[in-house]
Amino acid sequence: MRIVHYINQYFAGVGGEEEAGRGPELREEAVGPGKRLQSLIGDEHEIVATVFCGDDYAAGTAEAAEEILSLTDDHDPELVVAGPAFTSGRYGVACSAVVAAAHERGLKAIASMHEDNPGLQDAGAAPVIESGESARRMKGTIERLAAAVQKLAAGEHLGEEDGRISRPRRVNVLADAPAAARAVELVLARLGGDTERTELRPPDFDQVTPAGPVEDLSEASVALVTEGGLVPAGNPDGLESSRATLWLRYSLEGRDSLPEGEFESVDGGFSTEAANEDPDRMVPLDVARELEQEGAIGRLHPEYLVTTGNGTAVASAKHFGVEWAVELHKAEVQAAILTAPGSPPSS
Amino acid sequence: MGAPRIVRTRGIPFPTGDPSLDSEEEREWRRQLIDKALEALSTSVSGPTVFDPAGEAQPA
Repeated sequence: MRIVHYINQYFAGVGGEEEAGRGPELREEAVGPGKRLQSLIGDEHEIVATVFCGDDYAAGTAEAAEEILSLTDDHDPELVVAGPAFTSGRYGVACSAVVAAAHERGLKAIASMHEDNPGLQDAGAAPVIESGESARRMKGTIERLAAAVQKLAAGEHLGEEDGRISRPRRVNVLADAPAAARAVELVLARLGGDTERTELRPPDFDQVTPAGPVEDLSEASVALVTEGGLVPAGNPDGLESSRATLWLRYSLEGRDSLPEGEFESVDGGFSTEAANEDPDRMVPLDVARELEQEGAIGRLHPEYLVTTGNGTAVASAKHFGVEWAVELHKAEVQAAILTAPGSPPSS
Repeated sequence: MGAPRIVRTRGIPFPTGDPSLDSEEEREWRRQLIDKALEALSTSVSGPTVFDPAGEAQPA
């Protein structure tokens, strides 16, 4: 089978963060992790091309996945492999976009990433196989991916036993007992010490590896971002009051504060009276401008980013986080202050 | 929730304010919060850490 492999700029060996903005390029050979993959999938399958792309470009450009696939048109791919992306957010988002687009085109497609990767939910119907957390786990990760590629190429179904972590399509089945009886049975199992059995796995709240400290704030560009649903009065772009599916950006240029009547919070999770009376209570522009004028920070980023945190799915929030990181990274912002309506953490 | 640097504030609906204060006091309180946020951004942390605007940093 003719295979195209997608990787990022780092694994292609063309550079790190400084190359994250570069667009897609194609090589007519296996590159980086693709070499090991090729050696494992045998002679009947061939990686006919590798496409690589900078992470910022791939995760931050709406048409990137189509652009990546269109580069491969002359190579007649039958199967597209993306990754492994490990826990790298932008890379995972890009891998999922590529395999989802490939699947849409009727190609076989498969990605590899860690289960905490925010890109996981974007792969559509294409299978995603679990990778280790980082490239230190490359060997086992590639072996698992190679086995899955062979099965997929053979037209077989991939399931949990193959390391599949993306949700298979939901199918309706008739349970052998009503929900109430199953719930009681699960409670009894829990009381009996079985803490694993469930019909509905709750989302994981993973820990974020802290970024290093900003060395010199007086030289740094700092952004204000919020999950408090603060938008221009009238909510012109239709931000949701709960379970947000989008985020927005609004200019702060020429403003020294956010006046009452011009901005409002649409968050449905708390009383917005205080925030609407003085929107600086949600996005502290007045003080941030003061600190910029005093030189305590180098520059205030000229727009704020906003979504609604109320009831928003963890997977969506992770996804917004990756997109915000791409945005701010592109704009050379070094630090962000996120204001979050929420109860004060207890000590 | 796993956020590395957290500044403790006073209430859900007004993360960077406090409507119980008069406007000058509230502005000072907001300044204190953002000063603390900048201090947090300049501080090395190894896991979720709460910065109390009136006190020392402590693990979350």
